[in-house]
Amino acid sequence: MTDIPATDDAVLRVTDLRTHFPVRSRGVFPKTIGQVKAVDGVSLSVAPGETLGLVGESGCGKSTTGRTVLRLIAPTSGTIELDGTDITRMSAKQLVPLRRKAQMIFQDPYNALNPRHTVGTIIGAPFEVQSVSPPGGVRAAVQDLMARVGLNPEHYNRYPSEFSGGQRQRIGIARAVALRPKIIVCDEPVSALDVSIQAQIMNLLKDLQDDFGVAYLFVAHDLSVVRQISHRVAVMYLGHIVELAPRDSLYSKPLHPYTHALLSAVPLPDPRAQANREQIRLSGDLPSPINPPSGCVFHTRCFRAEDRCKAEVPELRELLPGHTVACHFPMFDLEVGTVIRGPQGEVSELDAPEVRPPSEVIADVVESGGLARATGVDYVTGPDATPPD
Amino acid sequence: MSLTVVEAPSGAGDPVLGRSLRQIVWARVRRDRVAMTCLVILIGLYLVAILAPAICAVIGVDPYSFDSASISDMGGGPVGPWGGISREHPLGVEWGTGRDIFAQLLFGLRISLLIATSATIITVVIGTVIGIVSGYSGGKTDAVFGRIMDLTLAFPFLLIILALSGVLTQRLTSLGVPEGNPSRITYMILVLSVFGWPYLARIVRGQVFSLREREFVEAAVAMGASKSRILFVEILPNLWAPILVYATLTLPTYIGTEAALSFLGIGVLPPDTSFGAMLASSVSYFSVVPSYLFIPGVLLVTLVVTFNLVGDAVRDALDPRAGRR
Repeated sequence: MTDIPATDDAVLRVTDLRTHFPVRSRGVFPKTIGQVKAVDGVSLSVAPGETLGLVGESGCGKSTTGRTVLRLIAPTSGTIELDGTDITRMSAKQLVPLRRKAQMIFQDPYNALNPRHTVGTIIGAPFEVQSVSPPGGVRAAVQDLMARVGLNPEHYNRYPSEFSGGQRQRIGIARAVALRPKIIVCDEPVSALDVSIQAQIMNLLKDLQDDFGVAYLFVAHDLSVVRQISHRVAVMYLGHIVELAPRDSLYSKPLHPYTHALLSAVPLPDPRAQANREQIRLSGDLPSPINPPSGCVFHTRCFRAEDRCKAEVPELRELLPGHTVACHFPMFDLEVGTVIRGPQGEVSELDAPEVRPPSEVIADVVESGGLARATGVDYVTGPDATPPD
Repeated sequence: MSLTVVEAPSGAGDPVLGRSLRQIVWARVRRDRVAMTCLVILIGLYLVAILAPAICAVIGVDPYSFDSASISDMGGGPVGPWGGISREHPLGVEWGTGRDIFAQLLFGLRISLLIATSATIITVVIGTVIGIVSGYSGGKTDAVFGRIMDLTLAFPFLLIILALSGVLTQRLTSLGVPEGNPSRITYMILVLSVFGWPYLARIVRGQVFSLREREFVEAAVAMGASKSRILFVEILPNLWAPILVYATLTLPTYIGTEAALSFLGIGVLPPDTSFGAMLASSVSYFSVVPSYLFIPGVLLVTLVVTFNLVGDAVRDALDPRAGRR
């Protein structure tokens, strides 16, 4: 795959990665009767200090990709290079020293911390496991980290159950950055938190990236969250990357019909614009990854699908600078070189749906009186002046 | 679960220490009056068992010496009311020999607690280790251990113990365990543990099955932790609740089982005794001297009930959803 913008010093490079899970029959002597193709030929690379967003709907294999590149799940085929070292077939023992370079932040801060360990033990575990003795001792290093991620260092001896969700996520982040890894796989790190906390955690992640130069593989389903933090974004569908592009290019000129549909599903802040705009509703369910469709995996739900899509697997190709898409009929007029908007192939001047943090949106709507008009309640001057969720 | 108030990160400077599981459980048990009473009784019984020789010496009784003065010449029945209760013999004397029942009770308690406690410890260790390894490894290891558990549970426990007691006790003696009662006691401990661990192993295995899917285990793998660290540092602390509850409920069962086995004749031999042995010998005289049956019986019931009540209290204290207070 030559189309992937790759720098030679990529901290993570994944080539044609496949992760298949066997489906076994029940009984005393189980037989493998099929494969769940969770990840089916994914190639990507992450440069030092870069954030690559990985989006897609539930079950598209984005989390599995994240876990496979850390070798938490065994890959079926393909190669994973971490900081120039091929780790695809390494044994668990060989991997141990390399684990320092790649860490993970988990989705559920309630599950990701051992409830029977104190915060000090949890954040200090990487030092202990990797036999790293930081200058000044582990305790000092841990308390430094706690302060760095916005926790009170005096809470060293507390248990995770004594913290709120956002604070627990900070503990998980402190643990992940403890050994100054080169890349952190963030598996939906904010989707379990409420919106105000989400913003804090996103800012913390950005700050840490600025300070330590750590790269993120940022797995999420929330397009606005991914837009905030990513330099480049990859869109996954049924185990395949269908589009990979620099952030602004992807959000303003989505080329794959699937990306287009995803973006059109993001609600607009302005109720009138929301009512007037054309939304693309995908019909049908996500096909089974045990038995994926032939050709382009998206053809069963695609509004632009033609016969060719059922037969031929589309390759990723670069249509705009750094913007690659795997589609036979992208939303792009190849002859004129313009981006097509809308399912009927018309070229319109309408801008791509704007995605902004919800706090801004609420502020805007409240300011313009939109909310008051819409609901008949004046939230700005009302008794508690709090906009509803 | 915790009762401590969480402060904002920028909160006041007084260091508030988090409470460990042990502290939380202890605080809850301490508020439970029934459990505390039972705990005091249990500790008292253990102390009495450990100090039995000293106590007997102080009172001036001993379990081995015959006292022909306290039994009648005809039939060997105890002289005096209630099985010969007197100043010399606080709980009366044994029929036929005149040995002191109070002293026998203390020494019997010693042996019963020794057997039940050792067997429980061995059961817990074997059950926990096999349960954790089996549950975490899954696959073939789990299948092999699973079949071993099935096999052990399917054994006709009582029949085997009774049938093999003679042979295996001799085998233990030939392996270097002192002959006689030490061998018989070792045999009982081994038998109870060997047939007891699968229950705990099953419980632990099930818990580990769900724990190993938790993300903190994945986090440990991602930081390069060894398997033994994952099993015994990450997972084991989360299993103390079921293990502790199982242990406190198993111990009284073992006391009962030991009594039953002694009653059936494979327990300790005279002149030593245990609750079961005392109950067995008292049965013949029940119509004449009921106290001989009731005294060990009451102590056995007390022991089992207090252990169960403490076990219940520990379980309540460990379960955050117990819905108390």
